[in-house]
Formats: sequence, structure tokens, C-alpha cells
Amino acid sequence: MTKKEKYSLAKWAMNHALENGAQQVSVSISNSRSSSVEVREQKIDKLEQAIQSSLFIRLFVDNKYSAHSTNRLKKEELARFIEEAIAGTRYLSEDEFRTLPDPELYYKGGAQSLNTLDTNFDAHNPQEKIDLAFDAEKEVLGKDERIISVTASYYDGLSERVMVASNGFEGDTANSYYGLNAQVSVKGGDARPESYWSENAIFFNELEKKGIGEKALERAINKIGQKKTDSGKMSMIVENRTVARLFSPLISALSGSAIQQKNSFLIDKQNEKVFSDKLTVIDDPFVVSGRGSRLFDSEGLATKKRPVFENGVLKNYFIDTYYAKKLDMQPTSGSNTNLVFKPGDKNLKQLVASVDRGILVTGFNGGNCNGATGDFSYGIEGFLIEKGQISQPVSEMNITGNMKELWAGIGEVGNDVNKNSSWLIPSIVFEGVDFSGA
Amino acid sequence: MNVDRRSFIKTSGMFAAGSIVFPPVIQSDFDKQISGSVKSYLDHFEVSAEMLQKVIAAAMSKGGDYADLFFEHKKSNSLGLEDGKVNRAYSNIDFGVGIRVLKGDQTGFAYSETITLDAMLNAAKMAANIANSKNSFNPVGLKEKVPSNYYSIARKWEDVSVEDKVPFVQKINDKVFSLDEKVIKVNAFLSDETSYVMFYNSEGRLTYDYRPMISFGAVCIMQKDGKIENSYAARSFRKGFEWLTDDLVDELANEAVDRTNILFEATKPKAGEMPVVMGAGGSGILLHEAIGHTFEADFNRKGTSIFSDKMGKKVAESFVNIIDDGTLESNRGSINVDDEGNDVQKTYLVKDGVLNSYIHDRISAEYYGVAPTGNGRRESFRNIPLPRMRATYMEMGPHSKDDIISNVDYGVFVDNFSNGEVKIGAGDFTFFVKSGYLIEKGKLTQPIKDINIIGNGPQALADITMAASDYMIDNGTWTCGKDGQSVPVTCGLPTVLVKKLTVGGAI
Repeated sequence: MTKKEKYSLAKWAMNHALENGAQQVSVSISNSRSSSVEVREQKIDKLEQAIQSSLFIRLFVDNKYSAHSTNRLKKEELARFIEEAIAGTRYLSEDEFRTLPDPELYYKGGAQSLNTLDTNFDAHNPQEKIDLAFDAEKEVLGKDERIISVTASYYDGLSERVMVASNGFEGDTANSYYGLNAQVSVKGGDARPESYWSENAIFFNELEKKGIGEKALERAINKIGQKKTDSGKMSMIVENRTVARLFSPLISALSGSAIQQKNSFLIDKQNEKVFSDKLTVIDDPFVVSGRGSRLFDSEGLATKKRPVFENGVLKNYFIDTYYAKKLDMQPTSGSNTNLVFKPGDKNLKQLVASVDRGILVTGFNGGNCNGATGDFSYGIEGFLIEKGQISQPVSEMNITGNMKELWAGIGEVGNDVNKNSSWLIPSIVFEGVDFSGA
Repeated sequence: MNVDRRSFIKTSGMFAAGSIVFPPVIQSDFDKQISGSVKSYLDHFEVSAEMLQKVIAAAMSKGGDYADLFFEHKKSNSLGLEDGKVNRAYSNIDFGVGIRVLKGDQTGFAYSETITLDAMLNAAKMAANIANSKNSFNPVGLKEKVPSNYYSIARKWEDVSVEDKVPFVQKINDKVFSLDEKVIKVNAFLSDETSYVMFYNSEGRLTYDYRPMISFGAVCIMQKDGKIENSYAARSFRKGFEWLTDDLVDELANEAVDRTNILFEATKPKAGEMPVVMGAGGSGILLHEAIGHTFEADFNRKGTSIFSDKMGKKVAESFVNIIDDGTLESNRGSINVDDEGNDVQKTYLVKDGVLNSYIHDRISAEYYGVAPTGNGRRESFRNIPLPRMRATYMEMGPHSKDDIISNVDYGVFVDNFSNGEVKIGAGDFTFFVKSGYLIEKGKLTQPIKDINIIGNGPQALADITMAASDYMIDNGTWTCGKDGQSVPVTCGLPTVLVKKLTVGGAI
């Protein structure tokens, strides 16, 4: 479907809903293409291709609300789908807080491109892409006799979306992505430690294509001999690629829904100091080619650069139109874009050198966080640090505590920001963490 | 605009952490009624036997060894309650065909959301590219297979209107509020799903399945002395509208309130290694994580599982029998045929303490030279099938629950979980405990909550030293994720003692 065709169908669906009893409607239509190849033992193991389209419609009918999606996009079927959806909506209870956003807050066009689309998406030869996966595998094959299995994969995709709303919003987005990934398993005693490395990019030419297999192998070999160490209170360094696991409960706790439904440990904390001085995070939607960059959010609200935490002070929640009305607050946006951490001075090696006794966490294994209280407990693996040196791979251990204390106890923030994600986080040192092990 | 349709439907339907439900409002979008015959399925997807054969021939045209077509039409509806009212509804329709070609253990895959001959031929040609020779495939005759039926339904969800469902969601809210003055909020949901699948392969097998699913539950949020806690109760089955009753509403409401209440008294245990008594039911998460995933034959075929060289070996005490079963009546994990068209069975993974069978899909069964076990499953027509669990449980053991608890001097008793995970190669698995109790000198004492427990699969299996006769399946909304694909499962366990696991907690 072309952009024009998507707009045309979206407006038709919106008008059909308005003609059949809805007072407000928003419709988005998206389509995407993706492909992936996975190689193993110098053969293609899996080759997958996908093309998909779908329509998503939000209906506001007599102060009642529902949302629906379908991939059956023929007009005669859509007409019936919309009519039945409106009929079903009438059986719900009224909800005075449900409306489309205030049109004043909509993105109105005209901003500079955020460079989220590779316009040469179709220019790359399929064989060239398959060879990238084979090259990643070749970096490793025969390099170490302990290797049991190597899998390498390449994937890419392109998605386009248009959105219209009956109180005057129109907008469209297009995104591309490319990725390479290698996974290596090695034999080490009775265990078969595995690890992976991955890179991604918005532009094919910016994708890091070398070193992926090598890094995966190195990380797997480093795990050989993993064992638990004694329980105790220690410093913890969490590597940049995994620290998002510990930050995501904070983001969940900042959502309007969690606040209003009392499932947050950060209720009524705006402009209060809640965490360490060393925590400064900006939600920046305008990072050029950022993985989370966008000019408007899922409701059409124009995005803004906002501080989330400033020297440990909570500055902003993530609140959509519905929960803003319920909470009697101003909407920001229901979701984050790029979360940009203020980095420190040291790289990971220097952070390790600064720790007398602690654990460098390189991966998590299960665990969860109680959203209402912030109490958490997670399985971890990584390396024991003794006198600033890595001494032993560890696994089968848990960390347990409370998010408020954990983030109040930041020892140091690294300078090694992970650029592969919309969360631009460096490695972080936490002090006095409870580890359970032997 | 970042809410894509599939992630939207996954996050909107469920409010509790760690379990996902596919939500449920649309009645039907097709006029044609489907009944239990191949012909009605062919008509539903508007295809003929001749078209199927043409598409398979195109799929096999580059020299593939095998090809299959997986047609699916899924309708999901969800009702949600917040702040006292049933004030939101979500629905989704998904329709298409996945086309897979195998060459040895190599897979080519493509799908189409439009089921016309041209669209299917295009997808078939893409999938065919996994092979690279020329081949002319002679179509084989259609072999129709009428599947078994492990879930009989009186009233289909397609025939139930929003009006009929709303009162149950409202009632569970009202019931929870009536049970305890500390309740400040309730989130409730009712999600139904109806899926029609049809399967055809290059061997001529033509079969089908009608898969209903219902999930119903509530999250209870309470406040006491300025502290807020929440927990939830939910059930999920392959059952029809007749399953919804006032008794069920009462049962779930009581469970949600009890589970939340206990959290106000609960603390964290002392961290470290200790005996863990797993209560009957949801403790089956132990089997799912510690053993189930590592028995999936794709990992073993590639040598990446810690159980890769353990087939036929003694891995547990003789009373340990562990089963993965796709045939339990109305169970959330049951299927009448798997997503590769194979018959489903009750599979002994561990029999009398000995590793008896891996969990197979077609590729791995071929690799190991065994019959398929009916575990080839996929999230939708958009995905390739993988070896996946169904209902995973352990049979009864020789001990009693009381004996087991009184056997422990200091340890924990756990029976309420939210999620788990496993590292296939290292064998390290975890499960997160929402609530449980300390065991001190053979008695349950202080309630505990919000701790992760971690162990090593082969070691934990060998460390099951006692098992009771109170075997129970947990019929919660368990959803298993692997390679980005979610499938519904269940698990079950009698009360067992695991001699030693590492329990998270305070130092």
C-alpha cells in the first residue's frame, strides 16, 4: 500500500465509524516488510520473509470506549467490522475521561526529519545480506575446540504507518532497521555456556558488520567455570547492555496508569529527590537516527524533550490523555522515546578497577519487581571482582532489594553509553547490593 | 504511533506481571459457519484441494524435501474493568497462511495475509528458495484426518455478545470489594479467543482444528497503614460460555483477596541455599523451567542443552515421572493436532527417574529417528513451528504433604509464582515467588514474598527427594515465550521437596 492509499483507507474507515454512531475516532494503518536469515554449520538454517498490513481503530461512542485491530482490509469486511465494534461498544459502561487528545497538543507537521528511514532499503542485494551472516559465523568457526554450536543471523525490516483522528490529526512515520547477531555455545565441564553479541542500525551502511562472532565467542568462553560465590553485601557493576532490566521498573512506575491505579512506588514524588545525585536522564525524542526518535506519539501528541530525573529529582511522569484527565494533570506522553543518561568519566575497565570487592553483572536470569512497592529479586550471572580485578565467572545467584534504595545508592555512572538501543544507558555501579549464593 | 497492533493486543489485555493473555468484542466477520469437516474448513478459507496442491508444488519446485501450509483465522475479544466499571473493550482479527519448505533440517518460510492462489504462490516461491535445485513435484492424493477432540464446547464464544459477558466482569469487581475493606482498586478482565486452523502438507495430510480459549481474572489492590500491595487470580481453559458461573466469580475473588492480604505480613527471607518445598499446582513452573525447555529437542539437536547427552540416563529418583501432555480435557495447553498437523499425545519426558523422551517437532523427530510427539507449535501463521511444551506436570509421589514439610528444619514453602526463566546451556533456571512461607522446625511460619529462586536444572531434578500424592494442574493464564513466539501452556506438580536451591533475600 502506498502512503496515499493508506491515508485514503484510514479516512474512509474513520468516516464510516462517524457515520455509524461514533462521535470521535482515530485510525492508523501500518504495513511492514521484513526478512531474516539464520546460518549454522555453513548452511542456511532458516530463511524467513514477511509482508503485513493492519488497521487499528479507536472508537469513542456515547462516552464509551473500545479499540480494535484487523488485518482484513477489504472495505466490505471493514465496514461490517466497524459496525459490529460500535454495536459492542454500546454495551460498555460510560467513561467520562475517554476522549481524543486536545487538538492544541497535536503534532502539526513541518519539523525536520529525524532520519529514521533508510531510503535505499531495497537497494541491497539479498545475497550480500546472507553473506553477512556467513561472515559472522566464519569469524568463529575453528577458532576454539570447545565450540559446540554457532548460529549467526541477519535481519532487516521497513515499516510505514499513517494515522488520522476525527478532531484534526494527520501524520505518518516510516522506520527501517538492520541487525546482525551471533550466538555461540561452548563446552565447559558439564555445562554448555552460551553467549551472544548483536548490533543494529537504522541505515544499512551504519550497521557494524565485523567482530560480532568474535565477541560472542569471547563472551561464551569467559563464562566457562561459572559457579556461585558466597552470599554477601557487595558492590555491583551492571554492564551497559543489561542495565535496562533494572531501569525499566522505574519507567513502569512513572506511567500514568501505574500512578492512577496505585501500582507505583513513585506516586506523588514529582520534583522530589528520590534517587542518587548521579542519576540524570532526559527523554529526548529528537536524537537524530535515535532508535526511539519520533515527532508525535501513539495518540498524535507532539513530542517534547523533557527531563525524567535531574540529579536524582523526579521531574516528569509519562501520562497520556486518558490518565491525565483521571489524575487531573497535564498530559506529557504515555510512553518514553530515547532515554538519554548523563554519562560519567570512566569506561567499564576503569569502573571494575575502582571496585574492591563486587560483582560485574553481564546478564539476568528471571526475577521480577513488585510495581507497588519496588521490591525486586533477580537471578544474575557475571564475574566476581576482587581488588579491582575480575577473578571468577559467577552464576546461579540472586540480587534482592528495593528499587528506591538501589537507585539512591549509585556509586558511579560509566561513560560507555550503549548506542544500540533507544535507552542510551552506560554501565552503572551500585553500592551495597544483597547477593544470595552459596 | 509506536504501539504496533500485536504488542498492543498483548499489553492491553492483562494487568498482572509475568503472565500474558490474548484479550477478547467482535462476534464474527464471516458468514460461513464452520463445522467439524474438512470441507467446511476449505470453504472457510476459500480454497480448493486443487489450489492446495498447486501451492505445494510451487513450494517444492526448487528441490525441497517437504512443504506445509498452515491456515489460520483468529478472533480475539477482551473486556476490561477499571475503577468500578466495565469501560473498555479490545478486539483483534488475524488471518493468513504460513508456507514452510524443509530441505534436510533447513527451513524456508513466508506467509501471506491474503488467501488467493496468486498470493499463496508468491509466498510459496519465496519459501522454496531454501533449496536450490530444479524439481518437479507430483502431487499426492489428499489424506483427510479427522482430529481427536480434547475440548468440547456447549456455547461458542463467537455466539456470545458483549452484553452477555459484561455482568461477569462487573460481578468479580463487586465481589472483591465486598470481601475486604482494604480493597482500593480492582482491575478485571475477560478475554476470549477463537481460532480456526487448517493444515496441509506435501505428504497429502489435510487436517484442521477449532481452538477456543477463555481467560478470566482480577487484580486486587489493597491499602493498609499506608502500604499498598496487589495480587491477582485468573483461570484459563479451552471452554465455552457455559464455563462462566457465579461460583467461579466467588472462587477467583476470594483467591485474589487472600493472595493480596498475605503480602502485608510477608517479609523477605534470609538469603542463601536452603531446602525448598514446592506446593501443589503452580509449582509446576519448576518443571517448565528446570527441565521442560532444556528437553526441547531443537536445543539438544544442536548440542546446546545441558541435557544433550543424557537420553536413557537416570536423572531423578525412581518415583519421578514427568509428562508433557497435549490431551488433557479443556486444558489451556491442549491442542487437537499440533501446528505441524501431527496427532497429539501424552509424552513421558522422565519415566521412573530415567530421561525418556525429548520434546519434538518434525525436524528434531526426523533428526533423532523417532515418531513426532505432537509438540510442533507456533504463535500464529506468521511463525515457524518449534518444539514447545503443552501441559507439563509430574505424577504423584509416595509421600504426604505434611511429611514433606515436617522433614524441613529451615527452608521455604512456595506456591504462588509470577514468572520464570532458564539458561539452556548452563541449565540455570529461576522462578519468581509472589508469596510463600518460611519453614522452621517442620512448620510453616512467617509469610514471605517477592523473591527469586535460582537453581541448576539437572541438579534440581536429582534433588527432588520427596513427592506427595496431591498432584494438581494449575489452570492460570500461563504463557510460554521462546524465540519471540508466545504459546499457551499449563503446568502442574504435587508437593515436592527440592533438597537445595538458592533463595533470594536479605543478607
